[in-house]
Amino acid sequence: MSILIIQLLNSLLYASVLFLIAAGLSLIFGVMRIVNLAHGSLYAVGAYVTAWLAGRGIALGVGLGWLFLLLPLGALSVALIGIVIEPLLLRPFYRRAEEYQLLVTFGLLQILEDLIRLVWGGTPLSADTLMDALPILHIGGLFYPAYNLLVIAIGVVAAVILWAVIYHTKFGVLLRATSQDRRMASALGLNVGLVYVVAFGIGCFMAGLGGAIVVPTQAAVLGMGVDALIIAFVVVVIGGLGSLKGALIGAVVVSFVRTAGIQFFPELELAVLYLIAALVLLVRPTGLFGTT
Amino acid sequence: MILLKTVNLRKQFGETRACDGLDFVVNKGEFLSLVGSNGAGKTTLVNLISAHLQPDSGQILLEDRDITFTTVAERIKAGIARSFQIVNLFDGLSVFDNVALAVFSRDGKTVKMTRLADHDGDARRETLDVLGQFGLASKAAAPAGRLAQGERKLLDVAVAYALRPRLLLLDEPTSGVSTHEKAQIMDTVSSVVRGGMVTAVVIEHDMDVVFRYSDRIVMMHEGSFLADGTPEEIRANKEVANILLGAPLAI
Amino acid sequence: MTRRVQLLENRSLLKLAAAAAPILLALIALPSLINTYQVQLVIYGLIAAIAALGFNLLLGYTGLLSFGHSAYFGIGAYSVAFVVAHLGPHSMEFYLLLGIPLVAVTSALFGYICVRHTRIFFGILTLAISQVVYSLALKLFWVTGGSDGLRVPRPSLFLGLLNFSGSHGFQFFIKSYYYYVLGIFVICVILMWVIVHSPFGKALQAIRDNEVRARFLGLRIRRFRWISFLVSGTFTGVAGILWAPLNGLTTPDILYWTFSGEIVFAALLGGFRNFTGPIVGGIVFTYLRTYAVASTEYWQLLLGVVLVTLVLVLPTGIVGAIARARQRLGRRNAVA
Repeated sequence: MSILIIQLLNSLLYASVLFLIAAGLSLIFGVMRIVNLAHGSLYAVGAYVTAWLAGRGIALGVGLGWLFLLLPLGALSVALIGIVIEPLLLRPFYRRAEEYQLLVTFGLLQILEDLIRLVWGGTPLSADTLMDALPILHIGGLFYPAYNLLVIAIGVVAAVILWAVIYHTKFGVLLRATSQDRRMASALGLNVGLVYVVAFGIGCFMAGLGGAIVVPTQAAVLGMGVDALIIAFVVVVIGGLGSLKGALIGAVVVSFVRTAGIQFFPELELAVLYLIAALVLLVRPTGLFGTT
Repeated sequence: MILLKTVNLRKQFGETRACDGLDFVVNKGEFLSLVGSNGAGKTTLVNLISAHLQPDSGQILLEDRDITFTTVAERIKAGIARSFQIVNLFDGLSVFDNVALAVFSRDGKTVKMTRLADHDGDARRETLDVLGQFGLASKAAAPAGRLAQGERKLLDVAVAYALRPRLLLLDEPTSGVSTHEKAQIMDTVSSVVRGGMVTAVVIEHDMDVVFRYSDRIVMMHEGSFLADGTPEEIRANKEVANILLGAPLAI
Repeated sequence: MTRRVQLLENRSLLKLAAAAAPILLALIALPSLINTYQVQLVIYGLIAAIAALGFNLLLGYTGLLSFGHSAYFGIGAYSVAFVVAHLGPHSMEFYLLLGIPLVAVTSALFGYICVRHTRIFFGILTLAISQVVYSLALKLFWVTGGSDGLRVPRPSLFLGLLNFSGSHGFQFFIKSYYYYVLGIFVICVILMWVIVHSPFGKALQAIRDNEVRARFLGLRIRRFRWISFLVSGTFTGVAGILWAPLNGLTTPDILYWTFSGEIVFAALLGGFRNFTGPIVGGIVFTYLRTYAVASTEYWQLLLGVVLVTLVLVLPTGIVGAIARARQRLGRRNAVA
């Protein structure tokens, strides 16, 4: 019974991270109609930056409490990268054929993946200290790290904040207007360029945050970006591209299936996920809640 | 002889009843103009007949055959082809290829991978024939994307015509073109209709064109038919003429 | 009017033959002019050209961008390795006989799944599938040799007529294999040229240009895309089959997404909007890659930067740029 609870919590943890990545991807698509193939790599950058900062922080003797600020910091660094990338590399392609957008973001993926290798090398980078900083809890006879609960909490909080921003703030209205009809929005005097940069920045922030909060539980390794991209894709396929609710539900579904899959078919975990994605695509090509 | 008939055809978009229980009849060999203000439901009706849209209820019968639930491909096979209000061409292909493709598709030859398209003599001849009829033969090698607007409209109709349909649906074939080109388009359509080769249903806003070429005029308003008759009958109908032309005709 | 159009076509066929003949002659004469290592490089180039040619049927002519073509290349290569390990005759013809149907079936299967979807989903789906294949090759190490891969010794050519062993075996092999690959390369080019200029090819381009209109011509969009995918994957698979004996070793690297990126890059480099672009791109890329790998450990980064630059600055690739330059020169001459 307690093992089930542990599995449940682990699934929620994974779902939390997945949600952040997928929601970022969905947000960017919803507003700007582009799919950033480098999105997973940005998640990886978030993980690496956070782990690296943690390492430096510990070496400098920074107090553990302060170290937790590294999480949003890691995410912020990725957001900054995003704010630089959007006007430079993506904007020239909004009016051109879709292939070019995909090609540019693919090139970006290659650059980021190798840049990670260049800066941090091939050995995994971990941030266990952050995780160990929090106590281990007793849950029904078994032990569970409190940090994991923190990750779940962050995921929930992020979902709530995102929902609040999109549906209850003025900026959210701008976002939704631009996503529905870009030309109309700009004709109404909205600064579409600004909306785009901010939306992209937020999307990247979320990817980075996902990487930041996951790295204390599992070390940053090469290739994590591409793996994350693919799983995030499965999430948005199930949940629907462009939908916040879809990202949440998709993340939960994928996460639970993956946990179950690892139990019974560890080799085929990836295949089971794709099977589900394929099934959903067959029945509802736009996903459960997708917008085109 | 009735070629196409709709029975109580309905299509609704939210609150708007684009097609409100329409019993539409098209006779074989006639040149029918579908007129009415914007939003009257003309394009929706054409979309329903060409399978671009599925009706909410009602039937579509092609010569007594119920085609209501057939697909686009099936309808083309049955003999219904259309052109589009906003010109819809294969800009990357040449004018020749645009029409040739219709010929190939019609004959089921598009699965052929191992023969050169240019070596199919029959298809070539037919394509040049059609291009000649539409006055586009001199532009055969030009990429469709480079043509002037009027020529693109001509090509659009030519491609639909090359499918050799029994019923040709044209959605505003003369919008945005010069008077000379309008005549060219309509003369060609008219002549192929007269030649007994096709029946045409044309959505038009230009009343000169409508009155000059049509055998029959059907006027739509907010999803229903307001009037249906020959140009003379419509002209004689003072109310209709009023709505159509904004003022009574001085005959 | 008929004659005019006819003349136009004959001219383009003649022009093509005229342009291709000297190049073919040069390629035939090549091995006598350069050393064995260089010949090997050219063979790799021709193989890359075949892979890119196949890939571009999907991109340039059907409008579908696949990020997972490494799967077909890899399956082709691994099929050779499996035949070597389990079936016996080390004959190139045997490899082709077994390998081609295998890659065809795989392309058909994966293609069926992928073409049901729109551009974005299509791209990521192809990437995902190739990653699954990669992970299988890596994990099922008792079959695939895992990360060590499987060895592929020199095969015999022409049904055992030519065997390569002994002290000069390697040089003789390279020279003979060169002509073998060159022959297959020519066949592939001609085949692809015919396909692209057939009614099928025209239909594909129509679907690429205007899906709605194509449907209103009665074309079954999904089916065309699927067949295109099948042919495309098979061509790339053939390249993989040819690659394995040359490389002597098949590893999971050629299934990894970065290799798909190389194929995309090659097509883009040469220009994906015309027929010869991928051929040029494949050959040029092979040289670029060889020198990039030799000069820096982070050549993936270099590739990414060049890719982005290409898309920004030279989206029509080498061949496209040459065509444009010629146009401009032609115009200048006309004016003068």
